[in-house]
Amino acid sequence: MWTLMEEHLESIGIGAGILGTGGGGNPYVGQLRARQAIRENGAVEVLSPAEVPTDARVICIGAIGAPTVGVEKIRDYQSYYALRALENFLGTTATALITNEIGGSSSVEVVIPASIARLPIVDADGMGRAFPEIQMKTFFTYGIPCTPMALADEKGNTAIISQAVNARWVERLARSLTVQMGSVACYAVAPMSAHQVCETAVPHTLSLARDLGQAVQRARNLHENITEAILGVCGGKVLFQGKISDVERRTTEGFSRGKVSIGGTGEYQGHQMTIEFQNENLIASVDERVVCVVPDLICLTDDRGEPMTTERLRYGFRVTVFGFPSPELWTTAEGLAVVGPKAFGYNLDYTPLEL
Amino acid sequence: MKNEGFLRIGVDVGGTNTDAVLMEGTALLSQAKSETSADVTAGIFDALQGVLGSIPRGRQVRAVMLGTTHFVNALIERKHLAPTAVFRICLPATRLLPPLVDWPRELRQAIGGHGVMIDGGHEVDGREINTLDCAQIRRHINEIREKGVRAVALCGVFSPVDPSHERQVAALFAKEAPEIAVSLSHEIGRMGLLERENAATLNASLIEVAHRTISGIRSALSTLGIDAPLYFSQNDGTLMDAEFASRYPVLTMASGPTNSMRGAAFLSGVQDGIVVDVGGTSTDVGALVSGFPREASVVVEIAGVRTNFRMPDVVSVALGGGSIVRSDPLRIGPDSVAFRLKSEAIVFGGPTITATDLAVAAGRVRIGSHEPTLIPDLLAREGIDQFNTAVEDVIDQLKLNAGSTPVILVGGGSVLVNDNLQGASEVLRPPHAEVANAIGAAIAQVGGQMEKVYDLGRMTRQEALADAQGEAEQKAISAGALPSTVEVVELEEIPLTYLPSSAIRVRVKAVGDLV
Repeated sequence: MWTLMEEHLESIGIGAGILGTGGGGNPYVGQLRARQAIRENGAVEVLSPAEVPTDARVICIGAIGAPTVGVEKIRDYQSYYALRALENFLGTTATALITNEIGGSSSVEVVIPASIARLPIVDADGMGRAFPEIQMKTFFTYGIPCTPMALADEKGNTAIISQAVNARWVERLARSLTVQMGSVACYAVAPMSAHQVCETAVPHTLSLARDLGQAVQRARNLHENITEAILGVCGGKVLFQGKISDVERRTTEGFSRGKVSIGGTGEYQGHQMTIEFQNENLIASVDERVVCVVPDLICLTDDRGEPMTTERLRYGFRVTVFGFPSPELWTTAEGLAVVGPKAFGYNLDYTPLEL
Repeated sequence: MKNEGFLRIGVDVGGTNTDAVLMEGTALLSQAKSETSADVTAGIFDALQGVLGSIPRGRQVRAVMLGTTHFVNALIERKHLAPTAVFRICLPATRLLPPLVDWPRELRQAIGGHGVMIDGGHEVDGREINTLDCAQIRRHINEIREKGVRAVALCGVFSPVDPSHERQVAALFAKEAPEIAVSLSHEIGRMGLLERENAATLNASLIEVAHRTISGIRSALSTLGIDAPLYFSQNDGTLMDAEFASRYPVLTMASGPTNSMRGAAFLSGVQDGIVVDVGGTSTDVGALVSGFPREASVVVEIAGVRTNFRMPDVVSVALGGGSIVRSDPLRIGPDSVAFRLKSEAIVFGGPTITATDLAVAAGRVRIGSHEPTLIPDLLAREGIDQFNTAVEDVIDQLKLNAGSTPVILVGGGSVLVNDNLQGASEVLRPPHAEVANAIGAAIAQVGGQMEKVYDLGRMTRQEALADAQGEAEQKAISAGALPSTVEVVELEEIPLTYLPSSAIRVRVKAVGDLV
């Protein structure tokens, strides 16, 4: 058990930004909101999955909406409203909360309701990174029901999706509601027992984000090699280094899709990397040869180890591209059916990152 | 060359010196230097006086272009700031993070710390979050008035998409409290509520000092008999007229490095390369792309406040002509004797070894009144080596590709930089480099900017971009640009996700030479 305090938020912001694989929105706003909640309501306890009491009821908290909207119409207490709405519907209360994803801004969304409701957070999540859609969670992939789900906006509107055919339908319905709510909302879903959390969540990701961020900060302060510091925490490898030569974007079905091209520098001089993204980075190729595919993590940072989200990509930036191995829960047949390259429309088989 | 015969004066107000240049077309007719004065105006007056004699008989100066980062100092020193309120037009959205939330405490106190949230704002698709409540706004106006507030920043959620709420609240201010100066966030910043709101608030707090300074400069011009429009350089290297500058002083914030780099490009004829500006206390290094500074990717903090201006990507190291040299182990800087160089440095009879003393000891330059005989050759050589290694490191960080690139040296301390730098294809020391900033101001162009949302269900992306570019070019021409010189220098495309059909918001800036 550890206590998540104000001073951890910046580290978690950096770490979760890197693990966000280009998605998950602006970490600054998420951090600032969590800080404000902690200042107003107090710090939050973090339990490792093994420490969750057997009779616990854990509820998953998440944010949904467009990152470009989230930096403008900044969320406030939506996730707390969603938690209360789900509790009312269920007729019980949560005893702990868990974040849906560890990527980007969303990773600390859970701190806000946890701090207001004085509930602990479980050190785990449902992705081990960021993914664009609600059904892309280890919880649902391994049998946790995806309904009921409560969705809330900042105006005081809440909605319950009480029944859905499958998690894809939940995603579709929640997305439509979110558009009406002004393109940013928060949700509460997936009440789980302690045992279910241990079976279906990606463990220790909140402390991983914290450790990763702290390693980057330490390397910056001591002028040590930031790339080594990142690899030291996450494993994985450097896929490429270079300068962005083109960014092509299009918005289809509500997602920011596109492709970024990077011209190699240093030992990658003369080579070109392209990365296909759909909010998150999905497929990285060097000179047209695929080198890393989803669910393995493709993460971009600048030379200070600052994560680069896909909306920040612009011509001329110098970037380092990391590849990290996926959590094991995603590399099974069930996992790949949900988040493998085919699930994103690529006619490509998953091959694990060569280390 | 274009602009032949166009007679104008460029002025750069630096921390230590104020420089003026008289230019006709692309020719430098005269230059003058004065000491920057605390009120800015006296220094400008002196520098202008120094070039007026060179105006060809019977000719009129047709424009005065001024580059100054003076207004930032007011923020850093927290002096002369107007008591300022922020009105965020947002409720019931965005309450968790109120205005001024992440500001340094001292600065927040210096402007009075009045943050107000009112009903209103827009959704990304243009729907209202809430309607404006005039009675509520009047109540808040009366409240801040009683507290002595003299400037206000208005920031509506999604005002870059729909600025109507900001404008309506501004109209209420004009009616209820015409003495309060109003800054509208959509005219200053981009998407990103907190950063845009911060920028508008900084701007509002500076309006009084800007107004005072600009009227001072105007009366200096009229005393000198200069009857020409006054322009100010903006962060992006384009000009705004003085009337606009007095309402939007914050847009001059980074004009210094921009002018230096634009001037260096002009003087050297190099369009793509690295500019190294060695000053007294620091060295600024930036990359030129097509004659313009490359933009920074990070958020820009001004006086500890996050903003989202587009700023030149400049890396500063604490190394300059006034850097203090210590031996055993040999270390140059980061501290500097700064403006006391002429009393502190050995070559001026002072007690402190500075980088300038190393340059004199190594025979690179002859200045001062005393021979630096006490400085051993070895120290001078190793010190200069260390200086150059540090500069080479920064150049490498900023280079546009791994190959070699031209390096342009400007600034008084550039004698310390070697002619054979690692990573440099050539090292250029253009003539008149000491007035690169003032020249950068004098050659600045006028711009036109437009921002619009396009529905890609109705047209292709290419058609949308072409339309936006055409409109921006037209605006630049209306602002006074010579049509044949107009080009698009900035194009930003942001997809608006989660809309029923796909849409993009396009922001284009076009610039051209003043006719």
